[in-house]
Amino acid sequence: MTGIARLEMRGISKQYYGNRVLKGVSFSLGKGEILSLVGENGAGKSTLMNILFGMPVIHATGGFDGEIYLDGEKAEIRSPEEAMKLGIGMVHQEFMLLPGFSITENIKLNRETTRASLLSKIFGKPLRWLDMPSMKTDARVSMDAIGLGIDEMLPVKGLPVGHMQFVEIARELDKKNIRLLVLDEPTAVLTESDADKLLEAMKILTNKGISILFISHRLDEVMAASDKIVILRDGEQIADTRPAETTIEKIAEIMVGRKIESTEMRGRPVESIRDDYILQIRDLSVAMPGETVKTINLDVKRGEILGIGGLAGQGKIGIANGIMGLFPSAGTVRKNDKPVLLNNAHASLGNGMAFVSEDRRGTGLLLDDSIEFNIVATAVQVQGKFMKSGAISTFDSKSVTEYAKKMIQDLDIRCTGPEQLARRLSGGNQQKVCIARAITLEPNLLFVSEPTRGIDIGAKRLILDHLIKMNREEELTIIMTSSELAELRSVCDRIAIVYQGMLEGILLPTDSDRDFGLMMAGEYHKFHGKEAV
Amino acid sequence: MSNGLLNKVGIPRLIISLFLAFLVAAAFSYGLPMGQIFSAMLTRFGMNSLLVLAMIPTIQAGAGPNFGLPFGIICGLIGATLAIEMDLRGFTALFFAIGISIPLGAFAGWLYGLLLNRVKGQEMTVGTYMGFSIVSVMCIFWLMAPYSSPEMIWPYGGDGLRVTVVLDGRMEQLLDRFLSFTINGMRVPTGLLLVTALCCILLWIFMRTRTGLAMSIVGSNPRFAEASGLNVNKYRLIASTLSCAMGAAGIVIYSQSYGFIQLYQAPLYMALYSVSAILIGGASLQRATITQALIGTFLFNGLLVIALPVANVAMDSDISEIMRVIISNGIILYALTRKEVGGDAR
Repeated sequence: MTGIARLEMRGISKQYYGNRVLKGVSFSLGKGEILSLVGENGAGKSTLMNILFGMPVIHATGGFDGEIYLDGEKAEIRSPEEAMKLGIGMVHQEFMLLPGFSITENIKLNRETTRASLLSKIFGKPLRWLDMPSMKTDARVSMDAIGLGIDEMLPVKGLPVGHMQFVEIARELDKKNIRLLVLDEPTAVLTESDADKLLEAMKILTNKGISILFISHRLDEVMAASDKIVILRDGEQIADTRPAETTIEKIAEIMVGRKIESTEMRGRPVESIRDDYILQIRDLSVAMPGETVKTINLDVKRGEILGIGGLAGQGKIGIANGIMGLFPSAGTVRKNDKPVLLNNAHASLGNGMAFVSEDRRGTGLLLDDSIEFNIVATAVQVQGKFMKSGAISTFDSKSVTEYAKKMIQDLDIRCTGPEQLARRLSGGNQQKVCIARAITLEPNLLFVSEPTRGIDIGAKRLILDHLIKMNREEELTIIMTSSELAELRSVCDRIAIVYQGMLEGILLPTDSDRDFGLMMAGEYHKFHGKEAV
Repeated sequence: MSNGLLNKVGIPRLIISLFLAFLVAAAFSYGLPMGQIFSAMLTRFGMNSLLVLAMIPTIQAGAGPNFGLPFGIICGLIGATLAIEMDLRGFTALFFAIGISIPLGAFAGWLYGLLLNRVKGQEMTVGTYMGFSIVSVMCIFWLMAPYSSPEMIWPYGGDGLRVTVVLDGRMEQLLDRFLSFTINGMRVPTGLLLVTALCCILLWIFMRTRTGLAMSIVGSNPRFAEASGLNVNKYRLIASTLSCAMGAAGIVIYSQSYGFIQLYQAPLYMALYSVSAILIGGASLQRATITQALIGTFLFNGLLVIALPVANVAMDSDISEIMRVIISNGIILYALTRKEVGGDAR
C-alpha cells in the first residue's frame, strides 16, 4: 500500500507528573493495514491509545507532545467525540454494551434511524420513532461483514463473550465514516476458536480499506494478523518489524529485555536450597475477579524467595489471595505436610503465614487509624499479642507504642510518630507499615504481592533489601508476586510464571530474556516442548 | 481563629457551643435562677448520656449511628412496666427493670443486627424505618398486653396501658437523689452522674478488649478485617446487640430521672435525638469516641434546658421543642452531607 498513510503518529511523548511514560513514539499505518502494538504491562500501549482517542485523562494531565496525522491531515483530537467524528473506532477490553438491549439496539445506540411521528411534529426530533426495520437491516449488514451469523434481535445479556466482542466490532463498523479501528486486547477473553474467527473478521475489515491498530499479548496472533509490529518497552519504541522479518522468540526477547546485570541478581543457586518443601500447592483454583487462578501446582522450598510473575490478569495475584483465604478457592494446599484449611483467613494466619496485599489502601491498611494500631491490629486479633493479662484482657497501648517505635526505626518509616494516621503517609511508607504488620505476626511463610507498586525508588530498595535480610537472617520463606520482572529477577531464587491461570513454568533469574518473554506470552512450550526447571 | 483549630472543633460544635454560651449569658442577665438551670442541665445530661453512648458500638463497627435504637428502648419500657406490674419499689424495682431490659434489649439488638447485615450501606435508612415500625407494632402491644396494675392501666379500667405512667413512689429520681447535694442553689444528681461514669468506664474497657478492637477494625475497613481473619458480620452483630442493650438500660435510667414512663409514640424520635447529640459532639458517621458522646450530650441537652426559660422571658413562647426538632434534624442532615464531621486532631 503506497500513498499517504492512514494514520501517522510522530514523536508522541507523554508525561504524568514528571514521569515519562511515552518517549517519542512514531509510526505510520497504511490504508487497510494491521499494525500490532506489543509490550509488557506498563509499556505505554494504553497511554498511546488514550492519546489517539482523545481521552480526558490525557488532557487533564497536561496533554502530550507530538503530532497525529489522519490521511495526511493533522488531527487535533481533544475528546473521544472528536475521535469518533474523525472516523476512529475503539473496541475496549471491557465490554461497553447494554445487557438488557438487543444486538440491533446496541449496534445502533445513539445513531438510531428514525422516522417522523405525530409527537415529533409538535415537539421536535427527540420524539421521532425508531425505524426498527431499517435498523435491523443496518445491523445485519455489519454483522454479516464480520461473519456474526446470529439473530440481530437477541438480547446481549446471555450471549457468549465471544459474540459480545463481535457485537462491539459490528457497532464500530456500523459507523459509516470509520477509517481506523483500535482493538485493545480483543482476544483476551476469547477462546482459541473465537479468536481465530476474530482474526478472520479483521482481514475482512482490512479488505474494505479499514486500518486496524491491534493490541494483544498473544504473540502468535500478532504474527498471524499484522502487517507491521511496533514493540514498546518502558514507553520507548524499541523495534519496528514485520512478521516475515522476525520470530515470536525475537519479539519476546525484545519485549522483556531490560538491562539487568547478573551482579544485580541476588538469588542463590538452586542447588544451595534443599528440596524440602514448606508449601505444596495442588490443583489450586481461586475465583478472584480479574485474576482467576484455574489450576496451579507449585512447590515452595523452605527458605527460598520464590517469585510469581506473569502479565496482568493471568492469575498470578490470585494465588496468594486464595491461599490466605481472601477469595473463594478450591484444591489442596499442604504446609509442612499438613493440609491448610482454605477459605479461612483466620486459619491461614494461624498457620504461620502472613500476607502483604497488593491492594495496599483497600485491604492492607486501616487508613484512619494510627500507624501503631495498623502494625499490631492483626497480631492482636490472631495471636492475642499486645494485650494485658488479667480477668479482662485489654489493649496494652504502652507496649504497642514501644514496639511500633522499634518497627518505625527498623523499616525507616518516615512519619511524625507512631500516632500518625496511616492515611497521611506516602505510598512507600504505607507499604512499610503493611510489611511491619505482616512480620509482627512472626510468620515462617510470607506472601508479598506487588511490594513496590507505585512507590519511589528509595523506598523500593529498602523494602526489597529488608525482604532479603529477613529471608537470609530469619530463614523466612517468601513468595513474592510482582508485575515487574526485573524486580523478581533481582530478588528471587526461582521465578514461577503464570499464564491464563496456570503455571507456565519455573525459570531461574539468570535465564534468558527470551525465555521469560515466551513464558509470559504462553508460547514457551511451543518452542521447547518440555517442562521447565 | 486559625483553620486548624476550627477543623479540630468542627463548625457545628462551634456554633452550638457559642449559642449555648450566649443563652447562658442571656439567662444570667435576665436574672433567671441559674442554680436551677444548671442542675437541670446536669440532670438532662445524666438522663440522656447512656442513650447517646449506645450509638458508639454501631458507629465503630461500621453500621453507622443506631437509628434502630427504639427497638432497644421498647425493651427497656417493657422492663420498667414489668417492675411496676410486680409491685416493686425503690432500688429493687430499678434493678429488676434494668435486669429484664438488658437481655431483652440484647435479643432485640441481635435480631436487628441480622437485618443490618443484609442491608449493608443502608443501615441508617433501614434502621429509621425499622424503629418507626417497631414503635407502631408496640402500640398494639401496649393496648393488648395483660397488665393489671391500676397505676398503669387506663383510669376507667379495661385493657391497655396509659400513655404516661407515673413513677411517683416507685423509682422516681432514685439515682438522682442518691448522694445528691446542693451547692449555690445547684442540686447535683450524684447517683445519676456516678452511673453515667460507670457506663463510660465499662464501655471504655470493652472497646479496648480484643472484641472491642475487632469491632473497630471491622468498622474501619471490612476488607482489612477479613484479611485479618475476622468475621465482619459477627462483630456487627455484637455491636447492634450491645447498642440495643444499652438503649434498653438507658431508657430505664432516663425514665426514673424523668419520673414517668412514656409509652406508645414516645420512643419514635428518641434515636434521632441521640444521633444528633453524638454528631454535635464531633463524631462522624464512621468514628465516635466516648468523649464525643459526652460533649455532645451536654451541648445538645444543655441547649434545650436553657432555651426554654430564656425564650419564655424573651419572647413569651416555648421554642424549646421547636429548637429540639430543628437542631436534631439539622445536625443529622449536616452529617449525612459530609464524610467527616469535626475532623481529626492529627
